[in-house]
Amino acid sequence: MTPLLSVENLRVEMALRDHAAPVIDDLSLTLNAGETLSFVGESGCGKSMTALAIMGLLPDVGRVAGGRILFEGKDMTAMPAPALRRIRGNEISMIFQEPMTSLNPVYTVGEQIAEVLRRHKGLSNRDARARAVELLDQVRIPNAARRVDAYPHEMSGGQRQRVMIAIALSCAPKMLIADEPTTALDVTVQAQIFDLLRDLGRETGTAIILITHDMGAVAEMADRVIVMYAGRKAEDGPVDDVIDTPRHPYTRGLISCVPHLAATLTEDRPELTEVPGIVPPLSAFGADACLFASRCPLADAQCRSRRPPEITFETGQHVACWKADIA
Amino acid sequence: MSLLSVRDLTVRFPVRRGWGRKAWLTAVDGVSFDLEAGRTLAIVGESGSGKTTAALAVARLVGAQHGTVRLEGEDFLTLEGEALRRARAAIQVIFQDPYSSLNPRLRAAAIVREPMDSLGTLPRQDRPARAEELFAQVGLRPEQMHLFPHQFSGGQRQRIGIARALATNPRLIICDEAVSALDVAVQAQILNLLRRLQAELGLTYLFISHDLGVVQHMCDDIAVMYMGRIVEQGDRLSVFNDAQHPYTQALLSAVPAVDRARRRQDKRLLIPGDPPDPLNLPPGCNFASRCPRAQDVCRSQAPVLAPAGGHAAACHFPGGETPIPA
Repeated sequence: MTPLLSVENLRVEMALRDHAAPVIDDLSLTLNAGETLSFVGESGCGKSMTALAIMGLLPDVGRVAGGRILFEGKDMTAMPAPALRRIRGNEISMIFQEPMTSLNPVYTVGEQIAEVLRRHKGLSNRDARARAVELLDQVRIPNAARRVDAYPHEMSGGQRQRVMIAIALSCAPKMLIADEPTTALDVTVQAQIFDLLRDLGRETGTAIILITHDMGAVAEMADRVIVMYAGRKAEDGPVDDVIDTPRHPYTRGLISCVPHLAATLTEDRPELTEVPGIVPPLSAFGADACLFASRCPLADAQCRSRRPPEITFETGQHVACWKADIA
Repeated sequence: MSLLSVRDLTVRFPVRRGWGRKAWLTAVDGVSFDLEAGRTLAIVGESGSGKTTAALAVARLVGAQHGTVRLEGEDFLTLEGEALRRARAAIQVIFQDPYSSLNPRLRAAAIVREPMDSLGTLPRQDRPARAEELFAQVGLRPEQMHLFPHQFSGGQRQRIGIARALATNPRLIICDEAVSALDVAVQAQILNLLRRLQAELGLTYLFISHDLGVVQHMCDDIAVMYMGRIVEQGDRLSVFNDAQHPYTQALLSAVPAVDRARRRQDKRLLIPGDPPDPLNLPPGCNFASRCPRAQDVCRSQAPVLAPAGGHAAACHFPGGETPIPA
């Protein structure tokens, strides 16, 4: 069976003042229908850039420099713009990070949902509006028939994000990319949005790519996880295995540097593990070395001089680290 | 005696509602708490719960309509003139956004010196040495004193903010979402720094946050706020392990967990809908419209904080894991 999405050796370069830096460096992944895949990492690790590359929405300074993005076997990087437009918003859709700025303030939310339906599904004005009401109801906006005529500023942050989800789901996409969909929202609202996404994945078989920096969200939502660091895949594998036995020191750092809520709290509060320093600047990307070496407690001369190959473990984890097997 | 003792603190803002009509938004409604020296009290709640306003009112950065704030027995809210200026040195704030809370036109050393300069807590000639000492305490290098804020990363800027808050040797430090704007790895560095400084210098924190994971790591005591009121209050273990108020229970169950045992408990309490309009609060309990346990009494009578499960909760039906059928 061909996977729904398969990314092969993707390389995306961004033009700097003097050279082009690879913001995504040799990334491969596959995603099957109904599956939820999560990208985690700090800001500046290339998570959002991967999403934009898949959507064909890279900013002007970025370009796909190598590799392929196959959606149902068709290479999206080689596709002419009109064909891409038929897929985008229709078969692949995206939920952006900021529900405050992603909606158009001068149109009603109903109109913004209906627009997608008229454009992609050829519905009439009346049918599109009726469907918009159904969708608002589906994302649990109370009193949808009345709220369809509301403007974005009349809604709360959680409601706006639900409108974004309604727009993204309007054409029953095969794949949904959610880029930090709950970062701006309160935890109780986040829980509602996650439940909504999980139900939708289960009911319609939509595959979901969830981009986040929260390992808790990964644990609750995803089947598989890809840990990104400085444009490269540090580790990937089934969520439970990666969380129980992280092989890459960066993954271990990401999990243990956050104070998590445990089932039962105790008096015991150990110091948080620190990952010293910050993500390297873009100009350092692409070097033939482990880019995490400067922050890694295990790094040696080899780590600083050669890029680590990907090692496969029997759990299905793939780890790009010279020290993966000694952990 | 508590270091900080807040009683019945109420903050209201006038809101214009068109055509000359005016309404009052009660952001903080009769909040009381005590904080012992050397401990950390966390105030948690979602956006709009009034947690930041309450903290800023304690520091007199917003005006309170009503209530008292006693710092070492002295009523901070009624101080005037020179006495107020001296007292201000005792309460300092670490702000949420390390980008907008530092003056971009001052060098780091000048930013850290500013509280000493304006509050006059130290003779002029001693200030540079004190600034240097503060830089070392927060883990910055001496040569970085001459840089401007834009030359620092987010985490380093927050260190400058911490050094500035420490500059006057305050009795109380208010951390207003001090790590919310930082990346997870940097957040750990700052949280460890805050705890280390507390142990070394005997600091007292009023820690405002929406992140329950961070709060459980940092606090000794916790107060949960909803729509301007404290709905549950107690020590760390008692509140986290045996939450009594349905809102606290919902809040805790909404946090995504890495711990598989916690996920398996699978008692997610969904609270549907949105909070009520703060300008038009219902009679009775503010949480009644979203509460799975709400009864008629909840919709008519506001519950007060009362002992429940080893701490205090403002609920007519505290405890109970399962909804009581109506």
